[in-house]
Amino acid sequence: MESRDYASLRNRIIGLTLGFSLIPLFSLGLTIYYQFHVSYTDKTLQSLRSLLENRRDAIDLFFDERISQISTVAYTHTLEQLRDEAYLERLFRLIQSRSKSFVDLGVIDEEGNHVAYVGPYQLKGVNYRNEEWFQAVMLRGVYISDVFMGFRRFPHFVIAVTRREPQRTWILRATIDTEIFEAMVKAAQVGRRGDAFVVNRQNMLQTTPRFGEFRLGEVVLPEFAAFPGTRLEPTVVDGRGVLVGSTWLRNKDWLLVVLENPEEELAPLLRARTVVLGVVLGGVLFIVLGTVFLAKGITDQLVRADREKAILDSNLVQSSKMAALGKLAAGIAHEVNNPLAVIKEKAGWIRDLLAEEDIASSRNFKEFEDAIKKIDYHVDRARKVTHRLLGFARRMEPVQEMVDVNRVLEETAGFLENEARFRNIQIQKELLDDLPVIRSDSSQLQQVFLNILENAIDAVQKDGTVKLRTTYSSRLREIAVSISDTGPGIPKAMLDRIFDPFFTTKPSGEGTGLGLSVSYSIVEKLGGRITVESEEGRGTTFTIHLPVQ
Amino acid sequence: MAPPRVLVVDDEEDFLETLVNRLKRRGLPTQGALSGSRALEMLEAEGFDVVVLDVRMPGMDGLDVLKEIKDRWPFVEVILLTGHGSVESGIQGMRLGAFDYVMKPADLEDLMEKIQQAHERRSLRED
Repeated sequence: MESRDYASLRNRIIGLTLGFSLIPLFSLGLTIYYQFHVSYTDKTLQSLRSLLENRRDAIDLFFDERISQISTVAYTHTLEQLRDEAYLERLFRLIQSRSKSFVDLGVIDEEGNHVAYVGPYQLKGVNYRNEEWFQAVMLRGVYISDVFMGFRRFPHFVIAVTRREPQRTWILRATIDTEIFEAMVKAAQVGRRGDAFVVNRQNMLQTTPRFGEFRLGEVVLPEFAAFPGTRLEPTVVDGRGVLVGSTWLRNKDWLLVVLENPEEELAPLLRARTVVLGVVLGGVLFIVLGTVFLAKGITDQLVRADREKAILDSNLVQSSKMAALGKLAAGIAHEVNNPLAVIKEKAGWIRDLLAEEDIASSRNFKEFEDAIKKIDYHVDRARKVTHRLLGFARRMEPVQEMVDVNRVLEETAGFLENEARFRNIQIQKELLDDLPVIRSDSSQLQQVFLNILENAIDAVQKDGTVKLRTTYSSRLREIAVSISDTGPGIPKAMLDRIFDPFFTTKPSGEGTGLGLSVSYSIVEKLGGRITVESEEGRGTTFTIHLPVQ
Repeated sequence: MAPPRVLVVDDEEDFLETLVNRLKRRGLPTQGALSGSRALEMLEAEGFDVVVLDVRMPGMDGLDVLKEIKDRWPFVEVILLTGHGSVESGIQGMRLGAFDYVMKPADLEDLMEKIQQAHERRSLRED
């Protein structure tokens, strides 16, 4: 099993989760926004269209009424009647009382002479033969002029109706007040920046637009081809985006143009966009935080699980190793014990026999006695070894017993003394004499000490010192066992990884990377903690803190 | 009080022979048995006051022999010889009714003392 790279795993989880959650979120946001955009734009255009068409119908109705008024007058009177200016005046007053938009009324014969006129201007006697409108009305019968300045340098337009009689043709002509007409057009100016005006086929303004000077001239507008019905399109005027709606009037080749400011009209849409964006961003933030949190939780859990598994595995391995080793040690101890017992008894027997007088008086009695003493002494020495082995071989189950930590440390160090001597490493001990006995598990502690001591000796390699210290803090109610070495130390970057399972600095195949993580968990189980201090080039000190009940 | 009659049980012949000799030399009427079953036969035949019993033996091990002895002759005191310095085998032995245990290689003076104490206890319980 390899050490996992938890960080990259976490990042993979984060990436995947984010992908899976953000893509739907974005698609949802975009879809909602798009649908809203479509339907809202549609609605806006619809309302623009209906505004436009209403205005057009109203204007057309206005024209229809004027034309029918004039036609009625023309076809219900004779030329003779209308030539009478007093009569014409009465008629005009009557018409004006119902409809203020008539400015004047005139009768023109087929020569283009103004034969009768009633109105505020002095136009009688003027000849129109060369005027464009005169020719047009003679041809078509009904004519509505463009707005023109006329003789009076004042914008107005003319509605004229031709009455054809068998012998003669004459024209009834009325000037229409542009103010009233303009008011009708201006009713289509919506919002704070909307505009409405009328242009003719040459794009000449026929009414005053809301913005800019009124001039009978070109407007910056796209070319309008003659098309039926209503056209709505976004365009750019003076560098600003504008919604243009345009429709031709029925009675006159004029184009009613309504400009709407999309920013104003589509403000709710922009608001909706902001809201959607806000919600999406909030969602993104939420998801990102959640994901990071979750991934961290998962990887932490994984680290924990890995560590526990490693500990379990290594405990299993360790305990089976220990059990095997214990069996072996016990077997050897027993096998050695028996001969030792025989030797001891034989020596005892010899000593018994030496007590007999004839031997006691022999020349070599002293030598015998010395030899027996030496044999006894060395049997005892061997006995110590076998008993240490037997002590080591005790069952490895966690127990709660009163432990003399100094003794456990000494015993454990005893196992490694040969190795240390062989490598010229001094093991210095500075053990507190009256160290309190603690309630713990000596064989587990032995395992921890053994791990750390082995590491220390491995770190020094050759010619150095490993120092064991035990101290007691009555304030913290704990004892501390520190194991220092004069090895190369641990790089800062590695310090917080050394307790990770499977982390090892030893070449592969030598270290399992489990020693420290197992030690860490053992000490935690025993209610203590391990701390480490290291200075590169100076050495490392591991300190095991154990609670005193 | 008469010295206790001692039976030493051990599969190591040299050890057995020597220990028996040394105990005899110290005035205890002692015999040896090389196995648990032999020991039981001899107990059956002659009866002993104190049995010094090795725990680790091929065939019947010491604890089995101990159980049998305590079953059949509850007043016979048994001292275990063990290489196991561990508390649990001692405790186990004590639970099965051993008087005490001595660690191998044993010191003869210790053993003598324990034999005496066992014998005293046996006398008290017999009376």
